[in-house]
Amino acid sequence: MGLPLLLEQAINGVQFGVMLFLMSAGLTLVFGIMNLINLAHGSLYMIGAYLAATLYQMTGQFVLSFLAAMLLTALVGAVLERLLLRRFYDRSHLDQVLVTFGLILVFNDLVRMLWGPVSVPLPLPSLLAGSVQLMPGLQYPTFRLAILAVGVLVAGGLYVLISHTRVGMWVRAGASDRPMASAMGVNVETIFVLVFALGAALAGLAGMMAGPITAVQIGMGEPVLILALVVTVIGGIGSVRGAFVAALLIGVVDTLGRILLPPALGSMVIFILMATILAWRPKGLFSVHG
Amino acid sequence: MKKVALMFAASLLAASAHAEEPIKIGFISTFSGPQGVLGRELLEGFKLGLESSGGKLGGRAVELIQADDQGKPDAGRQAADKLVERDGVQIVTGINFSNVMLAVAKPVLDAGVFVYSINAGPSQYAGQLCNPNYFNVSFQNDTPSEAMGIYLTQKGVKRVYLMAPNYPAGKDFLAGFKRTFKGDVIGEVYTAFGQLDYAAEIAQLRAAKPDAVFFFYPGGMGINFVKQYSQAGLKAEIPLYGPPFSLDQTVLPAMGDAAVGAFASTFWSESFDNPASKKFVTDFEAAYNRIPSPSAAQAYDGARLLDAALTSIGGKIEDKDAFRKALQTVSFDSVRPGFRLNTNHHPIQDFYLTQIENDDRGRPIMALREVIVKQHPDSFVEKCKLPL
Repeated sequence: MGLPLLLEQAINGVQFGVMLFLMSAGLTLVFGIMNLINLAHGSLYMIGAYLAATLYQMTGQFVLSFLAAMLLTALVGAVLERLLLRRFYDRSHLDQVLVTFGLILVFNDLVRMLWGPVSVPLPLPSLLAGSVQLMPGLQYPTFRLAILAVGVLVAGGLYVLISHTRVGMWVRAGASDRPMASAMGVNVETIFVLVFALGAALAGLAGMMAGPITAVQIGMGEPVLILALVVTVIGGIGSVRGAFVAALLIGVVDTLGRILLPPALGSMVIFILMATILAWRPKGLFSVHG
Repeated sequence: MKKVALMFAASLLAASAHAEEPIKIGFISTFSGPQGVLGRELLEGFKLGLESSGGKLGGRAVELIQADDQGKPDAGRQAADKLVERDGVQIVTGINFSNVMLAVAKPVLDAGVFVYSINAGPSQYAGQLCNPNYFNVSFQNDTPSEAMGIYLTQKGVKRVYLMAPNYPAGKDFLAGFKRTFKGDVIGEVYTAFGQLDYAAEIAQLRAAKPDAVFFFYPGGMGINFVKQYSQAGLKAEIPLYGPPFSLDQTVLPAMGDAAVGAFASTFWSESFDNPASKKFVTDFEAAYNRIPSPSAAQAYDGARLLDAALTSIGGKIEDKDAFRKALQTVSFDSVRPGFRLNTNHHPIQDFYLTQIENDDRGRPIMALREVIVKQHPDSFVEKCKLPL
């Protein structure tokens, strides 16, 4: 394997990792702070992609459609939290899994009713559709570089938001000790809606960033959800930093595993990694709950 | 005397009631989940075929009972048991997945009911397991890839790179290709089923510098792969070749321009210009507001062949020997010119090379390029010992 190819595969790994991070950030926030296992996170990913595809088709404005679709997905998340999921914070994880699994089925059929069973197109504007030469012998798709950039921006933004703002402090307080945080006067209810909406917006963003390179179809969120759960668990539930590190780790290990190992082993390698890390640190790499 | 007359009247009544009874058809297919688009395509093609004969088969009314197999063999088997035992269907059709077919066919055939495949074509039932009551009117699984192997050999293409998902049908399609391709296979890659990101595999492929890529990725996997292949800038360098199911109307609208220029080997395409095919495409677009795929076409053909066979025997599906013979010998106006059934009840048909291009309304279609092979039978017919 020559240097350009090795470099390209490394970028592929990092880029895949960044995409996983976009998906996992929202999941880990909701899981860590509200103690809610939200399997319907994958549905929000799907809704984001469908909304972005529809808005882009209607308006022809790529960036604006994406921003509007993010806002709409956040709204869907907020409504979901207010009407249904807030009733499940104090219930057992099994109840949460059941209700959010049910939501997956409901959302899949809603999307089928609204958009039909055939997957919808989400093309790229010509500026992003091509590829650029990074070095002699290394062509890289422009849009994948855009995903890298967006992922790094989101990671930086979340870092600032959570570590250096008052809202972030409340979120961290809520994540590490919920009863104490509300006893100290933090309006936990508002924080919860905001966090859930933010998580939904991030899931939607992940879906629409994945849309131009993968199929925008019913059930597109489920395979990604499994990977995001792996990332969340490895990184430590509730830790955005952990999710970032774990997502990059999974992205690189999965990519290298697929090209260097036989197919059956290659698709298992991330789960072997998860088992190894959990045996070593049962609470994940960056545990929030002490 | 009075009693005899009554009995006579009763038997007359029974006979007429018998003629009025609808033909019962069980339609098992995948209607839910990501693969649900396939079931819809087959069902709507089949229904359109029924409508073309006034909703009747051989002049008799039809009761079509639908069942969802969710793409799972066990669910398909349960649906088949119910259709055969409770509903008393005479024909089971609609099955799209070969693994579902393998689970369903045996109990259905054991009950003396006809299996009439309008999609799935596992090699077992074309070869050793062939059965007098099992008919496939679509294609045997291996044949489209065999045709592409023939074409690339004819073209003198030397170095081919193969890609498919790691599951039985993926291996079958590549096996079919390797059976007829005489050049070098320089890479054969199986990826995880349902994989989203192919960047790593595409980078390896580019480094191997093949002359052509033959791939089989159905549904969403195909959309992922073709989009990413195009974005990597490879489309212009190394042409893509595949069987029709990776490049048909169930996925083309979502692929858009990424698919334009790719080649598919097929037994039917929406750009066929024979009258039966043109009528089908026009009627389908009018009814469902989209272009039909080969899956819809073969389902339509399936319904039309049933009507032709039953018309020739006066609708008497209860006479199984006559029905079987009629299916095998009757001629009908197929959307696939030259279509006929072989001695193993599987098609002998022509295969064509098509290329994806935009039609005059900017929609990607499979445009006809050339005939690859005429009257192509499947490779398993010798293993089938059916009495003629």
